[in-house]
Amino acid sequence: MSIDGVTLAVLAGRMEQIADEMDATLFRAAFNPIIAEAHDASHGLYHAETGDTLVQGKSGLPIFVGVMSFAVKAVIDRCAEEGGPREGDTWIFNDAHLGGTHLSDMRLVRPYFRDGKLFCWLASVGHWHDVGGAVPGNYNPQATEAFQEAFILPPVRLIRGGEMQRDVVDILMRNTRLPASAQGDLNGQLGALDLGETRMDEVLDEYGAATVGAALDALSNRAETLMRAEIAALPDGRWEAEDFLDNDGISADPLPIRVALEIAGDRMTLDFAGTAPVTAGPVNIALPTAVATAYVAIKHVFPDMPANAGVMRPVDVRVPEGSLLAAEFPAPVGGYTETILRMIDVIFSAAAQAVPDRVVANAYGTINALSIAGRRANGTRWVMFSFYGGGHGGTPEGDGLNHGNAPISTATIPPLEILEAAYPVMFRQWALRPNSAGAGRHRGGLGAIYEIELLEERAEAFLFGERGAFAPKGVAGGGDGAMNHFDYETADGRATPPLVSKMTGIKLTRGQTVRLETPGGGGYGPASERPPEQVARDVALGYLTEAAADAAYGPAWRTAP
Amino acid sequence: MMIGIDVGGTFTDVFLLDEATGRAEVAKVPTTRPDQSGGFLAGIGQLAPDLSSLSVVVHGTTAGTNALLERKGAKTGVIATEGLRDVLEMRRRDRPRTWGLRGDFQPVVPRDLRLEVPERTLADGTVRTPVDLDAVRAAARALLDQGCAAVAILFANAYANPENEARAAEAVRALWPNPHVSVSSEILPEIREFERFSTASLNAYLQPEVSGYLDRLKAALTGGGFGGEFLIVQSNGGVMDTATACRLPVRTALSGPAAGVIAAAHIATTAGFENVITGDMGGTSFDVALIAGGQPGLSPQTSIDFGMVVRTPMIEITTIGAGGGSIAWVDKSGLLNIGPESAGSTPGPVAYGQGNDRPSVTDANVVLGRIDPDAPIGGALDRLDVEGAARAIDIHVGEPLGLDTMQAAEAILRVANSRMAGALRLVSIERGFDPKRFAFMPFGGGGALHVGAMLAETGIARAIVPRYPGVTSAMGCVIADMRQDFVQTINAATAALDVDALRATMQAHVDDGMALLDAARSRFEAREAIFELDMAYLGQTHTVAVPLAVAVENGRVAPVTVPEIEAAFDAAYRATYGRLLDGGTRRVMNLRSAVTGRRPKFDLATLAPEGGTTAPKAHRQVHFGDSWHETAIYDRLTLPVGAEIPGPAILVQPDTTVLVDPGLVARVDHFGNTIVEPA
Repeated sequence: MSIDGVTLAVLAGRMEQIADEMDATLFRAAFNPIIAEAHDASHGLYHAETGDTLVQGKSGLPIFVGVMSFAVKAVIDRCAEEGGPREGDTWIFNDAHLGGTHLSDMRLVRPYFRDGKLFCWLASVGHWHDVGGAVPGNYNPQATEAFQEAFILPPVRLIRGGEMQRDVVDILMRNTRLPASAQGDLNGQLGALDLGETRMDEVLDEYGAATVGAALDALSNRAETLMRAEIAALPDGRWEAEDFLDNDGISADPLPIRVALEIAGDRMTLDFAGTAPVTAGPVNIALPTAVATAYVAIKHVFPDMPANAGVMRPVDVRVPEGSLLAAEFPAPVGGYTETILRMIDVIFSAAAQAVPDRVVANAYGTINALSIAGRRANGTRWVMFSFYGGGHGGTPEGDGLNHGNAPISTATIPPLEILEAAYPVMFRQWALRPNSAGAGRHRGGLGAIYEIELLEERAEAFLFGERGAFAPKGVAGGGDGAMNHFDYETADGRATPPLVSKMTGIKLTRGQTVRLETPGGGGYGPASERPPEQVARDVALGYLTEAAADAAYGPAWRTAP
Repeated sequence: MMIGIDVGGTFTDVFLLDEATGRAEVAKVPTTRPDQSGGFLAGIGQLAPDLSSLSVVVHGTTAGTNALLERKGAKTGVIATEGLRDVLEMRRRDRPRTWGLRGDFQPVVPRDLRLEVPERTLADGTVRTPVDLDAVRAAARALLDQGCAAVAILFANAYANPENEARAAEAVRALWPNPHVSVSSEILPEIREFERFSTASLNAYLQPEVSGYLDRLKAALTGGGFGGEFLIVQSNGGVMDTATACRLPVRTALSGPAAGVIAAAHIATTAGFENVITGDMGGTSFDVALIAGGQPGLSPQTSIDFGMVVRTPMIEITTIGAGGGSIAWVDKSGLLNIGPESAGSTPGPVAYGQGNDRPSVTDANVVLGRIDPDAPIGGALDRLDVEGAARAIDIHVGEPLGLDTMQAAEAILRVANSRMAGALRLVSIERGFDPKRFAFMPFGGGGALHVGAMLAETGIARAIVPRYPGVTSAMGCVIADMRQDFVQTINAATAALDVDALRATMQAHVDDGMALLDAARSRFEAREAIFELDMAYLGQTHTVAVPLAVAVENGRVAPVTVPEIEAAFDAAYRATYGRLLDGGTRRVMNLRSAVTGRRPKFDLATLAPEGGTTAPKAHRQVHFGDSWHETAIYDRLTLPVGAEIPGPAILVQPDTTVLVDPGLVARVDHFGNTIVEPA
């Protein structure tokens, strides 16, 4: 059936709100702060037959917007083995090779039936605090198989015919270091699905299944129409970009990530041919993650696009078999964040050649997972684990943001006082990093300097970072941001990791420090077009030293008004 | 006589109450800019030509908020811990919008005015490096040389031990030529440096501006013969004296809206509705607040703009971009959207005839006959331009969607109502309530046009329209209690908690709060102190609010024990999460205290009409659904108590229109409120 535009507008809002209310339900009920505070979770409605995203909540993590439909598809495939989904079942799994991202993300998928017929799917994903594996928190830079990263659960029924399967819950709770936290998150996710079901009942009671079904189809079609219109307005052509991961944490070889962006009429192709093959260390990603990442990059370029699968219909994402972007089970994928950040960077670099007025320069491009761990005098174990920020790229409109969060995330950093209160460390510096911004008409945002002193007798540190050997790129003629730099204190002075951005087993004793200098963003437009008075202002503020200003912009700023 | 006066973006609203007779009067005058004191005095003068007859003037102000939004505060410097001057600029590593990676951030204190001095306190309060006072003095002089009018002192871990900050503050105050010195541990002795530094530096930034503004008002009031007490509404919904407001201007950030919610809570509770959701519909936004059990929700902090965090308890208000001036438009895929662009009050809706030609929500209401074109509330015309509004709707909505004018206008309202109803549902869900248990209270000029739609969309059973919805914030000024909030980070496991020290801090909060009440000229019906602990299990960073039932008798805080604290935590935790964490270590993060002096409440029944008539004053064709209905128009303020008006009907008063849809009935209660519910 067709649907009138006004009912569609109203239903569009209602559907989006169902997903938003599911988000709110979990954020309020979740036990662990990764969900409750960093909002590392997501909810939505998915197509009955295809699993395509119909509607997704606005508050969850950006990367999930593209990846959730793969979780639903995995369950659809599993159900097909036994004659299709059954009413009253709810499935659960964390297998990243089926559902994308990493094993910390627990996915709950429920078929929603109306009058005995499958109407759509509801799903909830949330980052659990711990799901077993070799290291607490599941970020294991030395993993060479998924088995070393976490406990792996394939899609199984958590609820069967309305009955909670105690057996499954027991297995889950025995495989986490934090069962109370896991149980709290599980209850919150179930609450979100229940609320979604209630709200769907209300909408269907009010409008009827045929109208709502027609609205959901129409919304996907509308997204496709919008996206095709956007692509058609771009010039036809083919643009390539290449960048590198420093290494996989095991050997020192740089790993190329390549993309060719092709626009032909109202279709777009992103072809990642030429990207490095699957590698031993955990910088691989599964195919669903790669497709989802393409979506994240596209939505950053076209921020008004709706969050549904229609957007991707005119986009063809080609990922070569055997590449590290389509790693098969059980290749380790724990460091997926670094790889997808680089995918976004190359997509931006290619798109900036096609439409320089629409695209921002590369952001700092690494999550910089830094962990310091040890035992206190009383023997208790402590682990300080955090991600650190850097500069955003310069934009067509202005300078990049200083010290922002990664494009795939909206998570904030804990205050240093919270970290100092919880762990025996002191931050000697928590500061902007001068000379880190890529030069340009609109310069990049500044990266940061974090210098951390150990206040206990001894500890070990590990770093999982990137951009130690390849700088964030400028676009439209802008300069590169500064590279990541990490060093630590030893008895013989300061040292840097052999693999520049990745290292385990760094030994520290009381009073010694580690120092992380994060990348700035790339610049936008030629440095020669930056007005000298703005360069002079950057020097006055200490964003740039005089020498660096001369090198990047020439001496004109010295006589600026 | 008492005056409540709320200065909003467009209008300055005044509410006068004569406690002796119970007489209440309202007035509305245009807000003057940039100096709001002109409208302030004109508004008061309209109701009380003789200022000496006034005992109290209570002011809800946006002076501070505007100075922040427009970046019109003073040139301000910062003296910070070595290595940490950039915390203000680095924020909590966030970004302005999720998608697009656009936008940057300029802190109100630029980097060259943020100076560092040697000093360091550790998280346990140990002073690792004593503050270098010569360096502090040199920094203060350097900032003065740069022309700074205010300064903020921002030291790490000052919440745990304020010694270094206090010594630095003493040194700075000795040479700073004015009182505008904001010290982070004085303003917010709470863990989380960015939030504390941001609050303290924004406070410094506002001090010269807000104290100048309040001094001007005080001088003008005094010059006019006013000898009473002048009070300012805070974001927490309580009032403070002007000396406190000049010292802590950051606490006025959401002053006016907070007063509105306070009034709504009082009106609704008096009328028998303890659970209400308020909706204030203005020109550009719809502001929603939830009141449960008669108490508005408080949020611990807000962002005035990206990166401008103010952490001080505030009445929790959720804003969506759907106001009367919100623009209706059809996107490239043929979908009808409302906002976020708004015509505001200038140029305003098309019907105002001030140059806007894109249709707004108000234009839809005008075209459908719901707003009387001959008695415009806004704009400068004697008669609203109905034809212009209809033309704009045709061009921008009707033609793209293939709808006639009336269908297109109804469509605009359907989409706008759906979004507003969504906000009502979301504020309930976020706090764990079912919206159906609540009543809806519209205030502001436009909300009462949408009550029928809100009931239909959310399943809420009834709406309560206060007697003077257009001046609710001004009325709230008169109603608000005097209240001071205090916080102190404790950060200790319950097993290691020093309960005597905790009690001493509670006592200090009570002493400071009571001293402010003693200094006030208001008479209080009652005084109370309430205490709350932010607590969590070790390893969790988000806390639950744990109310502590601790008596205060004759100003002395009764002893509190660890088992009592643990039991209170278990109860609060179970209520939030359903279950406890067996064997988890319970930790006290912060103590929060609030000291309140209850000001006498006036009897709302004095607002009720005496006598009156149920005869309609006119009839008009109004469009509902898909047809025109002959609709009776009533003068709302003359309807007698107990009157029952069946829909379709329109109740008008000078600044508000109440729309009673077909199938609903409006009833006047004993307080002059209008209750709208299904017939």
